[in-house]
Amino acid sequence: MSAKANILAKLRKSLEGTAPVADDYDVDLVTRPWSYPAAERISRLRQLMEAVHTETHLTTAADWPALLEKLLADKQLPSLLIAPSTAHGAQLAAHFAGREGLPRLKAYDRPVEEWKAELFDDTPASLTGTLGAIAATGSLILWPTREEPRLMSLVPPVHFALLKASEVYDNFHEVQQKQRWAAGMPTNALLVSGPSKTADIEQVLAYGAHGPKDLVVLILEDA
Amino acid sequence: MNSQARIPAVELSSRDLKHNAHNALGDAQLRGNMRKAMDSLMAKRLASMPDEYEREHLREMGNHVRARALSRLPELLERLEANLTRNGVKVHWAETTEEANRIVLEIAERHQAKQVIKGKSMVSEEMEMNHFLERHGIEALESDMGEYIIQLDHEKPTHIIMPAIHKNARQVADLFHDRLGEPYTEDVDALIQTGRRVLRKKFLEADIGVSGVNFAVAETGTLLLVENEGNGRMSTTVPPVHIAVTGIEKVVENLRDVVPLLSLLTRSALGQGITTYVNMISGPRKADELDGPQEVHLVLLDNGRSQAFADGELRQTLNCIRCGACMNHCPVYTRIGGQAYGTVYPGPIGKIISPHLMGLENTPDHPSASSLCGACGEVCPVKIPIPSLLRRLREENVKAPDDPHKVMRGQGSKYSPRERLLWKGWRLLNRSPWLYRVFGFFATRLRGLTPSNLGPWTQNHSAPKPAARSLHELAREHLEGK
Amino acid sequence: MSELFYNAAPNATRVAPPLPEPRQYPAQKPGNAYLFGTCVLDLFFPEAGLDAIRLLEREGIQVHFPQEQSCCGQPAYTSGYTDEAREVARAQLALFAEDWPLVVPSGSCAGMIRHHYCELFKDEPATLRQVQALAARTFELAEFLLHICKVEFKDRGQPTRIALHTSCSARREMNTHLHGRALLAQLERVERVEHDHEGECCGFGGTFSVRMPDISGAMVADKTRALQDSGAAEVVSADGGCLLNINGALEKQHAPLRGQHLASFLWKRTGGAR
Repeated sequence: MSAKANILAKLRKSLEGTAPVADDYDVDLVTRPWSYPAAERISRLRQLMEAVHTETHLTTAADWPALLEKLLADKQLPSLLIAPSTAHGAQLAAHFAGREGLPRLKAYDRPVEEWKAELFDDTPASLTGTLGAIAATGSLILWPTREEPRLMSLVPPVHFALLKASEVYDNFHEVQQKQRWAAGMPTNALLVSGPSKTADIEQVLAYGAHGPKDLVVLILEDA
Repeated sequence: MNSQARIPAVELSSRDLKHNAHNALGDAQLRGNMRKAMDSLMAKRLASMPDEYEREHLREMGNHVRARALSRLPELLERLEANLTRNGVKVHWAETTEEANRIVLEIAERHQAKQVIKGKSMVSEEMEMNHFLERHGIEALESDMGEYIIQLDHEKPTHIIMPAIHKNARQVADLFHDRLGEPYTEDVDALIQTGRRVLRKKFLEADIGVSGVNFAVAETGTLLLVENEGNGRMSTTVPPVHIAVTGIEKVVENLRDVVPLLSLLTRSALGQGITTYVNMISGPRKADELDGPQEVHLVLLDNGRSQAFADGELRQTLNCIRCGACMNHCPVYTRIGGQAYGTVYPGPIGKIISPHLMGLENTPDHPSASSLCGACGEVCPVKIPIPSLLRRLREENVKAPDDPHKVMRGQGSKYSPRERLLWKGWRLLNRSPWLYRVFGFFATRLRGLTPSNLGPWTQNHSAPKPAARSLHELAREHLEGK
Repeated sequence: MSELFYNAAPNATRVAPPLPEPRQYPAQKPGNAYLFGTCVLDLFFPEAGLDAIRLLEREGIQVHFPQEQSCCGQPAYTSGYTDEAREVARAQLALFAEDWPLVVPSGSCAGMIRHHYCELFKDEPATLRQVQALAARTFELAEFLLHICKVEFKDRGQPTRIALHTSCSARREMNTHLHGRALLAQLERVERVEHDHEGECCGFGGTFSVRMPDISGAMVADKTRALQDSGAAEVVSADGGCLLNINGALEKQHAPLRGQHLASFLWKRTGGAR
């Protein structure tokens, strides 16, 4: 018999004559303590994310490219990885178009194998969208896509993320329900709740363990 | 050189728990490091769960979610496999760690892999995968900072969440100086940046990434991993092949079941509302995607779990979501550290799971190495009755060899006819009022003859001297005198 | 307790019992009560047992002490000798036949009777019913004084500082730490000081202390140090096992401090004569 058959046979035998435990999932318990008035969601999200060294900025759908331009200059970042084919990527590209002295915009437009070394060694920052955020835990929701692949939010040391204020949810349960996650998950989905960190040495918190050292969230209040 | 004694990099045997503990108790540095770390972890957990109502009800819910999954385990495993397969993930089953290693090796050989980079996985520790792969000419490197430190020092993890918790910054500084030739620094940021630099190169080069799984969701065919560092994401995303290894108990029915378990896990473990990354993997790279592994494999390992599963009481062991809270709160673990157990899983959960993975004959003293104080059961996020299970394992441990009821491998490993006789004597004494009265009389009247050496008891105590007259006598006199 | 399991198939997947409701106490003080003296008090702290009787009598309760009683069975139970424990427990069951409260001046023994007897007798339906009834009327002494006798102590002692140590099972199974603190708080000239890691085990654990003397010894060393460093002049505990452990270690260290049973401390502070 195969390992699978053996294992399942043993498990089935152990359960002979027993009934499954009833499903008494208590939605209230995982939602009610984690629900907030609309006005508080953004401030809670910012508070939690900033507590773990995330930088957050309130801005607008029209103004964020200018804000990002300033942040890139402040951080002296020579280039930015973007997805030009997304709406926000196009908006930023348009903002940068024809102007001198700005950081170079790069696109993640070929399989990672073709430019792995460059991605790791010569890509200081990236910009991605999000599918919203979770106020309860201070988390961004990312479903990487063809345009904004998985590593875009992981390898560059600085990650800028765009978040629409209207897409801040209360809690993880609500996100799963409203975005109908059970109906189909992407190859990779992520909750990101700050820059990479570790406390593995003497419980001293250090940022930038393997992933981004800086996470910067631009919250678009009118979007 | 700023050299400080490190714990010698020898493998401690699970059969020598008492001896290992004796040595660990004499290590002042270890005792200090552990106490400080555990105190801090306990405080963090409590601060993250201040509302007793929410905490206790969520623990109950966590228990019910896990129990529901276990009560339908075979069906859920099949559903998990079907959905993962549909998503393009290849599922493998292994009854033993040897089989699991074989599966990994076959995949590695098919890809002519030379380097494996690993995210944190306790199941891979069970498999001793690193040694196995190295014997076959494949480098396996740990990428979790704590695991990396441990691997560099040829040690075993001391804690399932914080593998290097027993070391302080000075010890890590020494290690990096010695092994990596880095300039000596105790600055934790600088030490971490050294690790980052070394490991980034390895992520880039690795042929295969290996990870564990925190929750495997049957409903959607999703492998969920939690972490703070990003090394898990790196390991599961950068190399062309990702192999996840996990125990057969890690499956949950629905995606929504993850919600309470995730909250319990991160708060119980480190007092965090959530980890930096919650990584949900449901398949390999699709044709139109630009990154992610081309192949994703899941190895489902039994390794003694089905033995625990066979008994309704012991099955509760498999509720575990590997948060480590039981260790953080355990007065024994805090004092002896994780390595003294000589097992992959230390602390209270280790004492109830290891006997199934390794047999009681290899863990004979583990069930007894507890005062049954109950701290572990009190904090367990999925309400595993750890003290009750320890007691139950003690019962299995002293069973006679010819006991017809076979429950577990190595049962009866502490069977001693002499000790059983002692307890039979104790039973006789306590069931016979006449005998008990005679015993009480002589114990009190001959109290002057109490020996000063009572073996292990007088190692820590002066010999206890019975009172001049027993409560039985005093009470009779008092109550009848009225 | 956890009655849920007992009708299920033996290999059914267990769920945690429902969260316990706060214990309900009878409004009226009973006229009679049993005292279960415990084997440790019987031999090593008999005065504490007697002080428990005196405290109860002062509340107008007639105390009954069946002379046939011995041990609750806990040492064998926690050592894995379940059959031996069950038979010793069975011998006690018969002794407390009247429907009077069973008062136990030791938290871990009270917990044994109240919580673990049901597990011991789960396969004997008739005995189980008897055990459940007994469990329902089993009280730890501090709990009984506080919630059923509703004592109001008058402190007649000199000002003092004390540390309270509660056994782990007493704390976790019987809330003895809360009851003990409440009783001590009634004594106006008694200041209760916290000691380092107060909620942590003293390392006794019954046979654990002889099976694992190194680990147990490290635990009791830390506990006795914490008690001595606390600034307390006296140490009080409601558990004989812990007292045996702590006092034995203190004596071995030639430290002057000794723990005494809560019953004795309360009796002396409230003007009781011996």
